[in-house]
Amino acid sequence: MLTFSPVSVSFFIMALFTIGGGLGVVTTRNLVHAALFLVLSLFGIAGLYVLLEAPYLAVIQVLVYVGAISILITITVMVTRRLMGIEETYNRQWPIAAIISGLLGAGLIALVVAQFGALTPVADVPVDNIEQLGRAFVTHQGFLLPFEVASVLLLAAMIGSIVISRDV
Amino acid sequence: MTGFEAAAGDLPLVLQIVIPIVAEIGLLILLLVVLTMDLFTRSTRREAVGFVAAVGMLIIMGLNLVISFAWVNHPFFVENTVLGGMIRFDMLATIFRTMILLAAALACLIATDVEGLGRAGEFYAVTIAATLGMCLMSASADLVMLFLSLETASISLYILAGFLRNSETSSEAGIKYYLFGAFTSGLFLYGLSLIFGFTGTTNIYAIAEPLAALLDEGATSGVLGVVAALLLILVGFGFKISAVPFHFWTPDVYEGAPTPVTAFISTASKAASFALLVRVFDVIWPDAAAVYWTGLLAALAVITMTLGNVLALVQSNVKRLLAYSSIAQAGYTLIGVVALNQSTFGVAAVAFYMFMYVLTNIAAFTVVIVVANQIGGDDSQDFAGLHRRAPGLALAMTLALLSLSGVPPLAGFFGKFFLFSAAVDAGYVWLAVIGVLNSIVALYYYLVLIKVMWVDQAVEEGPLSFSTASSLVLWVTGAGMIIMGTVAGPWLGWAITAAENLTAMVP
Repeated sequence: MLTFSPVSVSFFIMALFTIGGGLGVVTTRNLVHAALFLVLSLFGIAGLYVLLEAPYLAVIQVLVYVGAISILITITVMVTRRLMGIEETYNRQWPIAAIISGLLGAGLIALVVAQFGALTPVADVPVDNIEQLGRAFVTHQGFLLPFEVASVLLLAAMIGSIVISRDV
Repeated sequence: MTGFEAAAGDLPLVLQIVIPIVAEIGLLILLLVVLTMDLFTRSTRREAVGFVAAVGMLIIMGLNLVISFAWVNHPFFVENTVLGGMIRFDMLATIFRTMILLAAALACLIATDVEGLGRAGEFYAVTIAATLGMCLMSASADLVMLFLSLETASISLYILAGFLRNSETSSEAGIKYYLFGAFTSGLFLYGLSLIFGFTGTTNIYAIAEPLAALLDEGATSGVLGVVAALLLILVGFGFKISAVPFHFWTPDVYEGAPTPVTAFISTASKAASFALLVRVFDVIWPDAAAVYWTGLLAALAVITMTLGNVLALVQSNVKRLLAYSSIAQAGYTLIGVVALNQSTFGVAAVAFYMFMYVLTNIAAFTVVIVVANQIGGDDSQDFAGLHRRAPGLALAMTLALLSLSGVPPLAGFFGKFFLFSAAVDAGYVWLAVIGVLNSIVALYYYLVLIKVMWVDQAVEEGPLSFSTASSLVLWVTGAGMIIMGTVAGPWLGWAITAAENLTAMVP
């Protein structure tokens, strides 16, 4: 069933990044390391998007999650120093957590296995999908108005963050 | 793309694009003007920025009105959603844009007197951004546009609520509003994505048909999914209009936020949310789903007005009292939303009520600002003997409170009358009865405050002075309340046109 093609090899590498990073997040005691593991995991997901022929999602994943969100998390962790280097990794509720996540995991695996081999593509992926997306943002019959309004939103947010954070 | 690509007729492309968003274009220009002016004005004279913002918004309001009346009946706009299906250009959008712009202009005017806001150009800039979002909310016809405009308004309002960063209560209000808002936005978006998942389209005018098909199949999973989506969307709206049980942020935010911001949140934001609520619920849900949402909304209306009124009875702070009163007012307005499925009069009643409510609440909060500025507090004993110190203020506050409680000949009377008669029209007599009973309860706490102002002895004597801006706002809102309460006909006619306009395009 397993065939070694470049795609499947890169899939396993990316899956390893994703799952390994996720494990690292929950097992490490150092919060900064946990944040870095999270970056690794999110990066793996970006790779999976590339394999799924969704380059736009992959780029957004890298920009937003790997870039912005992980920096935000890292800075937050570093600012709240007291939380760093927690000794206890487990608390008393771990059996309940284990049962719930075990059940959830089993359910998801059952779902995937039941669907195995029966997957059909939902829609054809156009080759130039990024180009189409770009055009949709700048034509008035597409998403021009929301696109422009988003910039007003960002402007207001920027003014607001300056107002709230500056020294008077 | 949207399925409504009817012939554009003789309308040039530029006009097709510009006319529906003329208010937003104007607001964007005004935003840039205000930001630039803030740079080049001396910090002691920056109230001027506020006056420019207010006058600018009034001009935009007038311009939008003129253009709407000239173009709204053009076949292209009647038959289509515009700008790629993102918005709809109709009289309902116009009527709500008018009240939003009016509320924003008046809020900017009363802010010019307030310490910490009046000379901050950024305050006016963010207010204009919020107004832009709200104007788009009242016209949105697409789930993407709807959510984006809602967020533009909300995020700007979080900033405004926490604007006085040196004041603990203002920061608390900002954070609370933000946390509640972010959480409900998430749920709301989840509901929207469910709807998109079920129907495969984001245009609200195209959603009803696939949704009806889904319900017709009788599949339990379909019904369950639709009900789940409905509930999630309702959480989002419930938060924005502060309906019980999503109202917990309201008293704290209203009390903590700078008072002009409170006035703005309680009027413009609520009006925009009701515009959106009316449009979405009128258009998106097929008749088969009406059983679910009318029942839910009727229950929401009853608990909202009852709880709002009961809790208002025990408040000693006037801003908190007005907060609970505004919760109750949202409950009354929901009656009109419940009725809209059976009669178009429901929509007209909601529009009329919101217009009256905007004028009335701005007047009330203006008085609160003047009193708080001069006496130093906004508890109800600070209002004691107000008629001796500032008869004009006491009179304006009395008018506002009587209008809120629905006493003729003020606007609130017709507002309530139309809402309740819409409910009776639609066969919800019991809802109208509960509304009337609630109005009687509400009359009590409004009258108590009136008694405090006219009968109780003031702690200090001496007349209060207030600025031209405040007195202008009080004159405008007071005249508005009396005109809408005596010559209600034309305004109701306008609202009815808007209601018919809304339903004109329902497929």
